[in-house]
Amino acid sequence: MNHLTRRISEYLVGLLFGAGLIFGGMTNPSKVIGFLDFLGMWDPSLAFVMGGAVVISFLAFRGAKQREFSLFGRVIMLDDSKSIDLRLLLGSALFGIGWGLSGFCPGPAIASLGTGEWKVFLFVIAMIIGSWVAGRIQFRTY
Amino acid sequence: MTIDWAHFTPLWSTIGGLLIGLAASLFILFHGRIMGVSGILGGLIRPLKGDIGWRVIFFLGLISAPIGARFFGLMPEIEIDGSPLQLIVAGLLVGFGTNLGSGCTSGHGVCGIARLSPRSITATLTFMATGVLTVWVIHHSGIGG
Repeated sequence: MNHLTRRISEYLVGLLFGAGLIFGGMTNPSKVIGFLDFLGMWDPSLAFVMGGAVVISFLAFRGAKQREFSLFGRVIMLDDSKSIDLRLLLGSALFGIGWGLSGFCPGPAIASLGTGEWKVFLFVIAMIIGSWVAGRIQFRTY
Repeated sequence: MTIDWAHFTPLWSTIGGLLIGLAASLFILFHGRIMGVSGILGGLIRPLKGDIGWRVIFFLGLISAPIGARFFGLMPEIEIDGSPLQLIVAGLLVGFGTNLGSGCTSGHGVCGIARLSPRSITATLTFMATGVLTVWVIHHSGIGG
């Protein structure tokens, strides 16, 4: 598949993902916090976002598992690691705290750069620094 | 727990979810990659030669979405409540945590659950739980003001 077609397709997938985040309500931090406010005034909407997304991609991943190459001839890269270790648990726990503090997770935060809101830039810069720091540290495997 | 009916948008959220699922499906089937944003970002922070272009282009598409939505008058209101300090701390935690835990809401929460990966299901339950607790501490415990 030629390079330009692949690039255009990557762009369109990003755009489609962003559209889904916007219409689903994920780019509105106060709505995300409403979803996480399970013990208070709970807005269950984002469970519908996740449900809709999982149902569709469940079928796609079933197909992908049986193939070695993608339709554009790329190697299909599925992460097969199975280990549930301290890194996974601690990392996910810290991520959740940041998510609850701000209402932003990485996808909607990067998409929201397109709104031009300065607070989004602040969050994304901090997120890049946080990720860079984690990559610098050698964690012992327990 | 009380349901917040006033903000509940099941139809739009389902439509949004289906679009996200379609994007993740196209990405794995055409490009052979998992649509996990923290992983795609991680590859830009420590770039490898020949593995940069697709990440940049995908992010450009993602950033174009609100610009396009605004152009067509479809961009919903967004409300960012956190103080600048709160957003910086949150950003550091999200960046650090998703790198350490190898994934975020898209990689673990959507693609991982769709593959029925026990690792991703565990990660998703963990970040949901600490997210819920954090919101409770800030908004209801009296500690966060």
